[in-house]
Amino acid sequence: MPKERKLSRREFPDSKKEGDSRIGKEEVKHLAWLARMKLSNKEIDAFSQQLSQILQYFRKIDEVDTEGIEPTYHVLDLTNVFRKDEPRTFPAEEVLRNVPEKKGRYVKAPRMG
Amino acid sequence: MAMAKAKKKERMTRVMRRDEEKGKDGEPEVIIGLEVHVQLTNLKTKLFCSCSTDYRGAEPNTHVCPICMGEPGTLPVVNEGAIEDAIMVALALGSSISRRTLFSRKNYFYPDMPKNFQISQYDKAGGVPFATGGSVSIGGGKKVRIRRIQIEEDPGRLVYEGTIDSSPYILVDYNRAGLPLIEIVTEPDMESPKEARMFLQNLRSILEHLGVFDESLQGAMRCDANISIKGGKRVEIKNISSFKDVERALSFEITRQKGLLSRGLRVGMETRHWDDLRRITVSLRVKEEEQDYRYFPEPDLVPITISEGLIAKVKACMPILPSERKRLFIDKYGIPPQTAEVLVGSKALADFFEECIKLKADPLPLANWLTGDLKALLNEMEIEIWESKVTPAHMAELVSLVKDGILSGKMAKEVLKEVVATGRMPRKIVEEKGLRAIASMESLKEIVERVFSENPEAVKDALRQEKAVHFLIGQVMKATKGSADPLMANEAVRRRLQEIASSVSA
Amino acid sequence: MDSFHSYYPLPSRLSVSDLCDAIRRGSIKAEDYMASTLDRIRRVEEKVHAFITIVEESTLLERAREIDRRVRDGKGFLGALAGIPIAVKDLICTKGLRTTCGSRILEGYIPTYNATVIERLEEQGAIILGKTNMDEFAMGSSTEFSYFGPTRNPWDLSRVPGGSSGGSAAAVAALEAPMALGSDTGGSIRCPASFCSVVGLKPTYGLVSRFGLIAYANSLEQIGPMTRTVEDCALLFSHMVGRDPLDSTSVEPPKTVFFSKKDDAMDLVGLKVGIPKEFFGEGIQESVAKTVRKALEKLESLGAQCEETTIPSIQYALPAYYIIAMSEASSNLARYDGLRYGLRVPDRGYGWNTIFAENRRLGFGPEVKRRIILGTYALSAGYFDKYYLKAQKIRTILRMEFQRAFKRFDVLAGPSMPILPFKIGEKVGNPLEMYMCDVDTVPANLTGLPALSLPCGFRNGLPVGIQFMAQAFQEGLIFRVAYALEKSLDLREEPRL
Ligand SMILES: [Zn+2]
Repeated sequence: MPKERKLSRREFPDSKKEGDSRIGKEEVKHLAWLARMKLSNKEIDAFSQQLSQILQYFRKIDEVDTEGIEPTYHVLDLTNVFRKDEPRTFPAEEVLRNVPEKKGRYVKAPRMG
Repeated sequence: MAMAKAKKKERMTRVMRRDEEKGKDGEPEVIIGLEVHVQLTNLKTKLFCSCSTDYRGAEPNTHVCPICMGEPGTLPVVNEGAIEDAIMVALALGSSISRRTLFSRKNYFYPDMPKNFQISQYDKAGGVPFATGGSVSIGGGKKVRIRRIQIEEDPGRLVYEGTIDSSPYILVDYNRAGLPLIEIVTEPDMESPKEARMFLQNLRSILEHLGVFDESLQGAMRCDANISIKGGKRVEIKNISSFKDVERALSFEITRQKGLLSRGLRVGMETRHWDDLRRITVSLRVKEEEQDYRYFPEPDLVPITISEGLIAKVKACMPILPSERKRLFIDKYGIPPQTAEVLVGSKALADFFEECIKLKADPLPLANWLTGDLKALLNEMEIEIWESKVTPAHMAELVSLVKDGILSGKMAKEVLKEVVATGRMPRKIVEEKGLRAIASMESLKEIVERVFSENPEAVKDALRQEKAVHFLIGQVMKATKGSADPLMANEAVRRRLQEIASSVSA
Repeated sequence: MDSFHSYYPLPSRLSVSDLCDAIRRGSIKAEDYMASTLDRIRRVEEKVHAFITIVEESTLLERAREIDRRVRDGKGFLGALAGIPIAVKDLICTKGLRTTCGSRILEGYIPTYNATVIERLEEQGAIILGKTNMDEFAMGSSTEFSYFGPTRNPWDLSRVPGGSSGGSAAAVAALEAPMALGSDTGGSIRCPASFCSVVGLKPTYGLVSRFGLIAYANSLEQIGPMTRTVEDCALLFSHMVGRDPLDSTSVEPPKTVFFSKKDDAMDLVGLKVGIPKEFFGEGIQESVAKTVRKALEKLESLGAQCEETTIPSIQYALPAYYIIAMSEASSNLARYDGLRYGLRVPDRGYGWNTIFAENRRLGFGPEVKRRIILGTYALSAGYFDKYYLKAQKIRTILRMEFQRAFKRFDVLAGPSMPILPFKIGEKVGNPLEMYMCDVDTVPANLTGLPALSLPCGFRNGLPVGIQFMAQAFQEGLIFRVAYALEKSLDLREEPRL
């Protein structure tokens, strides 16, 4: 049973120094937990190595001076796109057909925890 | 200038009350902050899809579509009504509205979230909340400051078999998923469960007056409460679904935490769940650090700009707010401020009051009945006024029966109980119980005649001295076996004496 | 054309526009064309593996017959694409037709609605042939990362078709379909178009509705057409565009996005073509560079003026692209938890956290997991500014540099891919090396600009593509330039299958 991980990033035993973009195995595990993905030990080993290499490459962007530059979250200059408050019905049965586990009309989820 | 002044005044009030309530070493004993989630119940469709919001009483998962079920490939489109509602709320709370705002994704996994992220708003990570600042007064000159107001989507509803921690599975109903919510986050300005309840109640009344929220809909206002007790860490209580429960949950939590602290145990950071059936809080998770929600601007939605023009347009159509209404009740009907405050604490009650006035009820006694006896009766039954059988016609009639002397105050209380229980009209109850014969002005007159003829000496004295008047009133009361209204008996006696006096002088 | 059968199997080589005319005139029956398409699929699909799902033969033939009935009776609406089969990348939702995204997690997922582009194309009479193979959730440049196995390059079955829209490109190249839909987040249309020698367009962001496109990276991607000719590409594209009330980021197309064959189409006199030297930078294979330069010379012979230029920040485009794409993906893919659709392992008494983690362990392949983890990292507290925000700022710089370039040039050109199609298995073990393939394509996604890959020759029997970029909404201009070059290059090779 995985519990909410209690390690903060500062506490990772294989945590890194500033400027180093290695991802240790503990951190891979923590990130996988945040993303709710179980990984095998083999995957954790491989990812730790591969992701560190990729991150090292990503750090190339550190070279760019972005002082005073606004981010581009949208390339389009659109604002205020709205929808009228008018109801329309959708055949809900069709949506329910894809649900793997149901109880009556409810979607059945695993228990808490 | 005016703003700065108001802010200064606000700070002053805060300092003053802090001085009154703080513990021995100057720190408040309890600090409470709330995150209130309010469904915008005036909207017909969900926040990002065209599904109907009219889901209450419907079968599970009938008000769903690919968008609110988070099916792959679907995209959100903002319901324009939500923006107008949010502007109104921000204006009513005195918050400052962001001229340019956008939606952010709050990423976390939970079975009630169809996409495992919630489209919300945020003040960091590129986000801009809808509005910031503002306040709600909670009586006694105290104000609770608002940190921010944001628009977001409601998650689905989880149903447990038994309790949350023992249910062998969770059933999910997505009818509620995607409903338009406004989240109102307060500063930690409340210092008791009662203050938290007052805040919610007054906020509710404001939202009701704005017409964006219908308090009669179950679960339409829910909140999470953050509470810190001196000597402990902050604990968050989730799943509080009424303003009565906020007081219960916080009181429970204070007792629990004080118990721990008094036994020398520590109260750590924790998230707890309010179980409204068992009326206890249960631990959801112990958190050592802030949960990492990985906010970022929602790429499927474009920014929203809010022009001065739009704000002015909304402002022009703003309905009357509780504060203005309170002033009106004081000025127009002569209601004392405290009573007026209670009346406008619920839009339903204030509306009820005005409906009774339309039926020619006397405002002052009416207000006292509504905020006194009726409110107490409803509280006892744990129902709201709209859930009761009482209508304005009942109350107007009751008030006029008392005014006309047909009912004494004491008897009227009994009649009101009957009204609340059965919904029958007061006059009917009076007739059926034969109450009328004993206490009407007419019957009082007969009794006064009899007492006067039996006590001719006292009548003579009474024309000169006050003491004898009181004797006669006492005799009348005795004759009615106490069922007459003392005021009415008083009036009847004095009226008869006046008649005698004027006939003598003539 | 009296009898279709006398031309068999040539009709599979007809251009879409010629085919449209023939079907409308009744000189080719839609049913016959469909039958020949199915026959072609039967013969080559086993080698190429372009499709994940193919629609029932009887359904396809019935739909074609319905078109023929309308032609015969002269009744009912005949759309502009009446009777033309189309292959659809398996991340575009098709109501009632399985849509897997190349993933085990959606192996049995049947959408309850049609993507807006599907609605539009079906309204024009196009017939969906099937769903094409792709890298899982469009994450890849080789179509090797598909749960359903790799697609092979029709020009050399030992090589990759490119990705992630490799199935669509291979289907068109192998004459299994006259046209196809792909999606392009960082080059996923242009890469396989280049590797398979077909025409592929990544439209200006916002022109084609994304409603029904299963999201990988929302702010970067567009659905686009993949065809054998520029004219077909423009034709298909013209029926895909349009503002969609279901997509807040969609816009109404201006006239400049459309193309029509004009008499003077071959004349490129006065056209200014910028050649950013960064496109010929580190990592480009000499054979590719040579082929593209030859095509550029051809362009000059048509009257265009080519001039080298520089867009310095292109060197940062690739890391910025991957940071943004992975971040958005980590959030987009969170919904696959097994509750509402998709793979669901039995609970066996475990809580939802465990079951979600287990569903996702089984459901996602390694590349998807890598990207989700990196995206989660880039968005997490303390790293947001350093990665996601910084990347979005670089995007702004890149946009400014492109804007500056377009003050001097009408179009920009360069290779679509820096390398020739590589061997299957060659790069799967080295993710970073695989990412590097996208170096020339990602700038168009970061800037939202239109970009088209046109076949421009072969090296060692392997296709090479040239890429044209233009200002937003200048698809019409790109089509004109590409059309002229296409005609003048006159490539007539076909894969031998
Ligand atoms: Zn919906």
